[in-house]
Amino acid sequence: MARIKVKRIPASIDMTAMCDVSFLLLTFFILTATARQPEPMPVDTPASIVQIKVPDEDIGIVTVGGDGKMFFGIGGQEVRVNMLNRISEKYNVGFTEEEKERFSLIEGFGVPISRLKQLIAMDTKERIESGIQVGIPADSTDNQLKEWILAARYATKELHNVEMRVAIKGDANETYPSIKKVIDILQDQGVNKFSLLTSLRDEDY
Amino acid sequence: MAELNTGDDSKNKGGKIRSKKQGGKVDLTPMVDLAFLLITFFMLTTSLNKPFAMDVAMPDKNKEEPEDVLQLADNRTMTILLGSDNKIEYYMGTLEEPIEGPTVTSYGKDGIRPVLLEKLKSVPQITGDPSKGLIVVLRPSEKSNYKNLVDILDEMKIVDAKQYMIGDIGTAEIELLEREGIYN
Repeated sequence: MARIKVKRIPASIDMTAMCDVSFLLLTFFILTATARQPEPMPVDTPASIVQIKVPDEDIGIVTVGGDGKMFFGIGGQEVRVNMLNRISEKYNVGFTEEEKERFSLIEGFGVPISRLKQLIAMDTKERIESGIQVGIPADSTDNQLKEWILAARYATKELHNVEMRVAIKGDANETYPSIKKVIDILQDQGVNKFSLLTSLRDEDY
Repeated sequence: MAELNTGDDSKNKGGKIRSKKQGGKVDLTPMVDLAFLLITFFMLTTSLNKPFAMDVAMPDKNKEEPEDVLQLADNRTMTILLGSDNKIEYYMGTLEEPIEGPTVTSYGKDGIRPVLLEKLKSVPQITGDPSKGLIVVLRPSEKSNYKNLVDILDEMKIVDAKQYMIGDIGTAEIELLEREGIYN
């Protein structure tokens, strides 16, 4: 009996084109992804239902963590240099061009002004591991955090002509007085609107 | 079409030794799989990793004219005191003559939320003006933590309370919290 043989069509398709496209996309995403720098103080932000993302530019982030330690960071290298210039004028600490260059690459920091040079001289890994970052002093007698925020606001205004937004990134277990300290600093400068950074709430609340 | 040429089918025929022909086509499927896996990874890490921003507006401190303060109607204000151990206490009206409360409760859907929802509905009826709704005053104590503050602000967003503010806690209110045992 003559059987009709069904011709089998090969199931495989030419993947070359798909491969091309996917690698093109991959390259795009790798290049656009901003490398995440290790944070000086990893904090566990509380959750909320808010779903508005933090803007990337012109935002200064005050991190509060580890029992009231204050850290400050701002995006944009030129803003950082401008901010440092203002601070060095204020506290009469000179910085060389190289130090300014290195400072502009620091995402966030938490040292008193007296130790800033020491911090700049370190490399990224050392900055976190050495335990030098004890927080920016924010007491009423020596309020350096206030000066940093003020300098950052001036710098943002001068370079980008927009009002800098301030965000507070606090650890969930941080006590209210240390948050209040930051809020008071902001209110003293007339900043009544600011953001609290939160993560997404996923549990049934 | 795109199979790896393993060379099994090109066996020696007729005793002649043939040089193996190298296939020019390689199966690219695993490579595409890998590429898409990486794409997904980079996409998610870039956009999903960003924290969310909860905007807060504080009342102006008004240093020049401390006398110039807005008087709030007693029957519209609800004061929420944030105590320790994730507990809160609320009352309507003033502390001296509270219209309702003070009551100790907790955060979330079994705690303050039904109260807030009920008040949001009833207060405009009491005042007789839909624009004069509930005003919530949040007073975090020193024993509360940052999570509590975010939780209660979040609660305001959930129940869609339009008027709320963060204020400072007074000594009388701290004493109240101490009496209730939620200030330690």
